[in-house]
Amino acid sequence: MTWIFENWERFWEVTEVHLRLSIVPVLVGFVLAIPLGWWASRSQTARAVLFPFANILFTIPSIALIVITPVLIGVKILDEINVIVPLVIYTVALMVRSIADALSAVPGNVVAAANAMGYRPLRRFLTVDFPLALPVTIAGLRVATVSNISMVSVGALVGLGGYGQLFTEGYQTDNSPKVIAGLIGTVVLAVLADGLLLLIGRLLTPWARAGR
Amino acid sequence: MGGWLFDPAHWSGSTGIPVRLLEHLGYTLLTLLIAAVIAIPLGAFVGHTGKGGFVIVGLSNALRALPTTAVLILVVLWAGLGDFPVYVALVLLAIPPIMAGTYAGVRAVDPVAVDAARGVGMRESGVLLQVEIPNALPLIYGGFRGAALQVVATATIAAYTGAGGLGRFVFDGLALQEFGQMLAGAVLVALLAVLVDLGFAGLQRLTVSPGLRPVGTGGKR
Repeated sequence: MTWIFENWERFWEVTEVHLRLSIVPVLVGFVLAIPLGWWASRSQTARAVLFPFANILFTIPSIALIVITPVLIGVKILDEINVIVPLVIYTVALMVRSIADALSAVPGNVVAAANAMGYRPLRRFLTVDFPLALPVTIAGLRVATVSNISMVSVGALVGLGGYGQLFTEGYQTDNSPKVIAGLIGTVVLAVLADGLLLLIGRLLTPWARAGR
Repeated sequence: MGGWLFDPAHWSGSTGIPVRLLEHLGYTLLTLLIAAVIAIPLGAFVGHTGKGGFVIVGLSNALRALPTTAVLILVVLWAGLGDFPVYVALVLLAIPPIMAGTYAGVRAVDPVAVDAARGVGMRESGVLLQVEIPNALPLIYGGFRGAALQVVATATIAAYTGAGGLGRFVFDGLALQEFGQMLAGAVLVALLAVLVDLGFAGLQRLTVSPGLRPVGTGGKR
């Protein structure tokens, strides 16, 4: 802990980088996963294609994806995009399934009622299906966010920023307080982000607790 | 790009692909065994008694946030290089999904079945071992297979501190700027993950009661 206070500026600097590298992929991945998840919730073919593909994406180790990305998209190995692209991929892979499951679980009679009231597909999706799917979607988003925050550190193994830098530097200089500082930072960030999403979920779905 | 992977010279010797593959598989299987021995009884006990569920969920989430790289490096700094730090880091990674799956599985068992088991005079241990756990198996396997995928993928990092496994190709390739070697390492890890998952899927088919099968993996409930 003392390392954090004695090196506050450095700690804050890596915190900022870490936040950016974990939040941006969650947002981008979430937005990309919504249409895919919607597709998978409606079509058996889409499920049969998307789910195994998502599973395979998950099995690619993050360190491997981080070192391969620069070669595939033609940027330098020290570009931040090399962490962002893999994390977007993991987020999409995770969220497609949870959005699809969430949308499939929307009660059929509610959907039928909305149809009968004359809701057009897009409006029905935005005002009926999606809100009802939010609890499960947000649960998936929490998992994606927490695992992203933990995975950003892997980028440091190839020299990228974030708390992972404290790990590699601490390892090279035999400085365990520095490693612990990064570890505490990661866990605190993950717990805060998780709590924030939980709170947002509660505020957005007041009906979820009403019936209990 | 596949040149490195298919070069026969890389398929023999003590640093060849088969040896690294077996090391990787070894890390994975022993890690899963240790994690299961810790996580399944804990998850099952809490799921059975219904007490402390909040602790299990909280503990799983906190452990999930723990960066494996940091744990690995810390244990190396404290205990020295070798396989021990690898196991500590990977077991901590594997516990949350197995524990959460077991807990959720036992909680989700039809209360009518549990009631019936008590009604026919089963002891609490019988209720847990003969009714709740067999019924919870699909979800236990779900957590276990999720853990297996994560462990296979993350065991790659072990090579950062000089341990073996397929991660050697990724880190050695990185150090030598040999893209082909890094790619080969990544592809082999992904392949191994798919094979390990297929293996556990087979085991699941053999050990889960056919009556529970449709719940299996990811199907609609």
